[in-house]
Amino acid sequence: MTRDKRETQLAPTRLAQQHARDLIDSLGRLYRTPVASLLTACVIGITLALPGGLRLLLTQLDALSYQWQDTVQASLFLNAEVDAERGRALATSLAERDDIASTRFISREEALAEFRQLSGFGEAIDAMADNPLPAVITLQPSPDLDADGVSGLIDALGERPEVDQARLDQAWLKRLYAVLDVARRAVGLIAVLLAFAVVFIVGNTIRLDIENRREEIAIMKLLGAPDGFVRRPFLYSGFWYGLGGGLLAWLLLSICLLALSGPVERLVSLYGNDGGMAWLSWRESGFLILSGVLLGWLGSAWTVGRHLRAIEPR
Amino acid sequence: MNIVEFHQVAKRYPGGQIALEGVDLSLGRQEMAFLTGHSGAGKSTLLKLIGLIERPTHGQVIVNGKNLARIGRAGVPRYRQRVGLIFQDYNLLFDRTVFDNVALPLVIRGMRHADIVRRTRAALDTVGLLSHERKRPITLSGGEQQRVGIARAVVGRPHLILADEPTGNLDPALSAEIMRLFARLNEAGTSVLIATHDIALVESLGYRRIALDHGRVAA
Repeated sequence: MTRDKRETQLAPTRLAQQHARDLIDSLGRLYRTPVASLLTACVIGITLALPGGLRLLLTQLDALSYQWQDTVQASLFLNAEVDAERGRALATSLAERDDIASTRFISREEALAEFRQLSGFGEAIDAMADNPLPAVITLQPSPDLDADGVSGLIDALGERPEVDQARLDQAWLKRLYAVLDVARRAVGLIAVLLAFAVVFIVGNTIRLDIENRREEIAIMKLLGAPDGFVRRPFLYSGFWYGLGGGLLAWLLLSICLLALSGPVERLVSLYGNDGGMAWLSWRESGFLILSGVLLGWLGSAWTVGRHLRAIEPR
Repeated sequence: MNIVEFHQVAKRYPGGQIALEGVDLSLGRQEMAFLTGHSGAGKSTLLKLIGLIERPTHGQVIVNGKNLARIGRAGVPRYRQRVGLIFQDYNLLFDRTVFDNVALPLVIRGMRHADIVRRTRAALDTVGLLSHERKRPITLSGGEQQRVGIARAVVGRPHLILADEPTGNLDPALSAEIMRLFARLNEAGTSVLIATHDIALVESLGYRRIALDHGRVAA
């Protein structure tokens, strides 16, 4: 009896050994039904890759839109009374301010020339007696300013007596930001829904596994197996499904990125961004695989808790 | 002190069917006895009460000085580890080797690998199947499969072995061989209670016989 007590004592190292054995055993079990296991892992992989891919797309757009912020431009349309000399002086003085990166003065004549060249209405303009275009100062706000700072600056400039109207060519960027915000939230929701899907997929797979091994579980309980012992192999199956799914999701995303890299890099270079495309970082890869493992484990824990108790030997 | 004691034990199944009624009996330490009776007399139910597979509706079952009513759900696994169960249909796991089947109770207890190997080999040697340890149970004959079941029951060194119709699927020669194996285990100090309807075999062996009739112990 005392001898048995000693032998059955679960030292931490022994418990670790048991876990290690269950870990390997459950992998071996999955390996014996390779097609079914791989299909389950594939379903999990695709389910994880979808929100992962969308998030990556958003990251890319974010990076691009940050670059586009440099192209934000304000136009100050000057009063007709302001002559070219004063306009030029104003542009120079504005350029010295901290909150303005650069300015350019466009005189009425230059504006007309530019318009003629770009619009194709050259003859119509020639027919007009007067030059209808005002002088313009275009300016780039300092990149340190946030969106509110920029609009405050433009409002202040619009109050100046020389300025007839100040306009920010930023409406499209604001709209893009709004769209990105909506997309970000949508991706978050999709990710939550698909996380539930992974939990249910793993849960259902484990449930079928438990059904198939009903007899075996009953025999183990007859031999005095505690709940923890019966539970462990199924929990580790969930772990492997999750890990396999996470790795497959990573693989799928990497393949997709590779397939997209040519066009995306061309697109990025068109916008003057030399950062290249966003690949999966170590952190993102780790997060993707870890979330697979966690969801797989959760799915099996949820099922095992509900189903194993119901199986009792008779 | 007896290893098993029944005090006025009754078992009614939810359908209202009465399996046992007012059963008093005892099995001494290191005793071997047979539980006989027609099918449906309550033999299996009686063994299930000792194995904590069922709970009595009424009365007390005391095993090794412990009132089984005091063992809660969480205590059942630990209790069962001290009882060796043997079944008519062997209840072996067919996706594992003979060795792994026999080793299972020790694995469940979390023993050290070296101890598991040593004790499993010893148990297989006792039933004469050491040379079959790498085989799958399905490749063995019925008598050999039951010997695997017996090795699995004794590997944990239980103080009590319960066998429910262990020879029910075997021919007379094999049955006698299995019973001789039980007698040997009993001589080594283990209490043994065997349910069987094979009265001829029981009488040829000369151990105590507890007869059940319609859920009651017959005089």
